Amino acid sequence: MAKNELKLLGAWASPYVMRPRIALNIKSADYEFLQETFGSKSQLLLESNPVHKKIPVLIHNGKPICESLIIVEYIDEVWSSGPSILPSDPYDRATARFWGAYVDEKWFPNLKMLSTAEGEARDEVIGSLVEGLVLLEDAFKKMSKGKAFFGGDQIGYLDIAFGCYLGWLRAAEKMSGVKLVDEAKTPGLVKWAETFSSHPAVKDVMPDVDRLVEFGKSLAAKFKAAKTGS
Amino acid sequence: MANNAEVILLDFWPSPFGMRIRIALAEKGIKYEYREEDLKNKSDLLLQMNPVHKKIPVLIHNGKPVAESLIAVQYIDEVWKDKAPLLPSDPYQRAQANFWADFVDKKLFELGRKIWATKGEEQEEAKQGFIESLKLLEGELGEKPFFGGENLGYVDVALMPFYSWFYTYEVCGNFSIEAECPKLIEWAKRCLAKESVFNSLPDHKKVYGFMLELKKRFGIE
Repeated sequence: MAKNELKLLGAWASPYVMRPRIALNIKSADYEFLQETFGSKSQLLLESNPVHKKIPVLIHNGKPICESLIIVEYIDEVWSSGPSILPSDPYDRATARFWGAYVDEKWFPNLKMLSTAEGEARDEVIGSLVEGLVLLEDAFKKMSKGKAFFGGDQIGYLDIAFGCYLGWLRAAEKMSGVKLVDEAKTPGLVKWAETFSSHPAVKDVMPDVDRLVEFGKSLAAKFKAAKTGS
Repeated sequence: MANNAEVILLDFWPSPFGMRIRIALAEKGIKYEYREEDLKNKSDLLLQMNPVHKKIPVLIHNGKPVAESLIAVQYIDEVWKDKAPLLPSDPYQRAQANFWADFVDKKLFELGRKIWATKGEEQEEAKQGFIESLKLLEGELGEKPFFGGENLGYVDVALMPFYSWFYTYEVCGNFSIEAECPKLIEWAKRCLAKESVFNSLPDHKKVYGFMLELKKRFGIE
């Protein structure tokens, strides 16, 4: 069997970095985690991802793979004997990928805005976030078919794609004082969030919420300073 | 065996995203019903099949919708896997194909839009970004006839539709893409020699006319 040398370039606070870490844990694959310092980029990162210069980057036997969800699919395909992350049916795969793209392109950008939006704009952002969660609740009902995860009995692609945002979601709820995931509108997601977060493949790579709140506050302060400074 | 029973494509003729699905279906020899949407008056079917984004293109296979062009192309490749494979079978090469198709998505539509819809510094920056992106793609193509190697692949399908908008970008931006990226234009001409591509792309002057209409409608100078 070929020797597998795995390095993952990442950072503790990044939801995107969590994705390949969960996938590697599911496959019981060992890897070296190389933390990037916030605010600067290592030579290895710039060489491995010259196009975007972003984390995460998985380096497998010297070859880099970039973009978190692309990395997850790669891991699923290479470690094909481990538990499957993507479903086998093409339509189910398309559905999982659709919602993965949705959380990245539509939902998470709103979450990022929550800490800096004010007044009416803030109400709109909260409204959009909750609307999105209701859509995801519906997707959860359809995809889980009564089981614990979007992927059914086991953690799947969308559990990873959406679940990686839970740390920041909880941090945003704490910082804003607004409950986004609640029993009334999204009971399925409330339970799923608990189950997902305590799963052995997830719990050690899920960042501590209070630590994220501290980090989030310092980011928001920097952002405000940059705005008023110009 | 894949069931061809019912394949419908909800589309809009100048959309590069719709063109991707047209090319993929043609490469696989899949018969389908093309339905032109009026985006000012979206059909009930479109709103039903893509309630989240309400956008084209939407591929409908046996009544079930697949939205988002690259997701639909992957779906087509997986269902009709016995003919003209678009994605490579090797996982590393697949990851590279996914990376570059994603790169096209992140860069070209928005930069292209800024080239025709803006002026001055904003337009100049968009032109620069656009050319830089095309040069990176040229680098990835290298000496291969297609991004997919000897045959059309996933990245070819993802990128080629934007070629029908090149004339529009060139006229609005007053520059020559061929002068900057001659190898890419050679690649585009190789793709156009294929029926699946040729029949899926609109006439580039027609696209230019469409852009002028859009400018009028949105009051862009």
